[in-house]
Amino acid sequence: MKYIYDLHRTMLKQNLILVYEGEFTQEITKSVLAMAERNMDAFGEESGIKRKVFNVMVECLQNICKHAEGFDVEMYGHNSAIFMIGKHKDEYVITSGNAIANDRVSDMTRKLEQINALDKDGLKELYKEVIKNGSLSEKGGAGLGFIDMARKSGQKLSYDFEPINDHLSFFSLRTTISRSNNG
Amino acid sequence: MELIHLKGTEDTPKIVLDKSAGLFEISGRSLPEDAAEFYQPILDWLEKYATQANSSTNFHFKLEYFNTASSKLILDVLSKLEAVPGANITWYYHEDDEDMEEAGEEFSELVDVPFEFQTY
Repeated sequence: MKYIYDLHRTMLKQNLILVYEGEFTQEITKSVLAMAERNMDAFGEESGIKRKVFNVMVECLQNICKHAEGFDVEMYGHNSAIFMIGKHKDEYVITSGNAIANDRVSDMTRKLEQINALDKDGLKELYKEVIKNGSLSEKGGAGLGFIDMARKSGQKLSYDFEPINDHLSFFSLRTTISRSNNG
Repeated sequence: MELIHLKGTEDTPKIVLDKSAGLFEISGRSLPEDAAEFYQPILDWLEKYATQANSSTNFHFKLEYFNTASSKLILDVLSKLEAVPGANITWYYHEDDEDMEEAGEEFSELVDVPFEFQTY
């Protein structure tokens, strides 16, 4: 049973205020959002910071709902993934991890590299270009999620792809939101 | 015209489209699972309304939060309003919500409808 204590200690050490692991749906998304909101309300987080965290959480969670691939579906469900929020002294760290098809890795890497190469004004221009000329994907995404996360964060998005098998990779994404007001 | 009156929920906005009362409003939170499906009746209504519009149409956006899929659909709503003669937008944002203010400014640059900004 020691893994319980280990997990608990890991969470404390990483300052994790919320971890969800499992299948992701719109209902789960709403519950996770409500929990994080209550948590931030409970210690009186400033409303501007709260809005940014909420914003990044929504994009992150809905990305998982729309794009995560299942692996070992019988055991883990259709889109088993992990979502975490860490609260540190100076920042919130919103992290997600989910499986994606290998053939999407290069396209996503290109997108994320493009976003990370842009400054505030560059991101604003890219956002306007995509919202004006892009169309909704068959999954209902606007192709704006990463751009919006980068804009709300004001910092670079960290990401990584870890091979799972011949078809899938595990995609990790970390977005940071400063708790000081000038962020 | 029939009126549309949708109560807001935790993930969908309140929507009022009432030609006879001259009320046009989208407010609250917009993060539906399927934004296209949610906004389609609104877009259909506005298309019909454009052919029989009131002499002036003041459309109120008072959004607390919207996700990126909704932002695409909000742009579609605004584009429909371009075809409504005498339409103008009042974009409300909370006084400390710079992101919502900026979002309104960006929309105003993308469509050819007069915008007015108001804090609450």
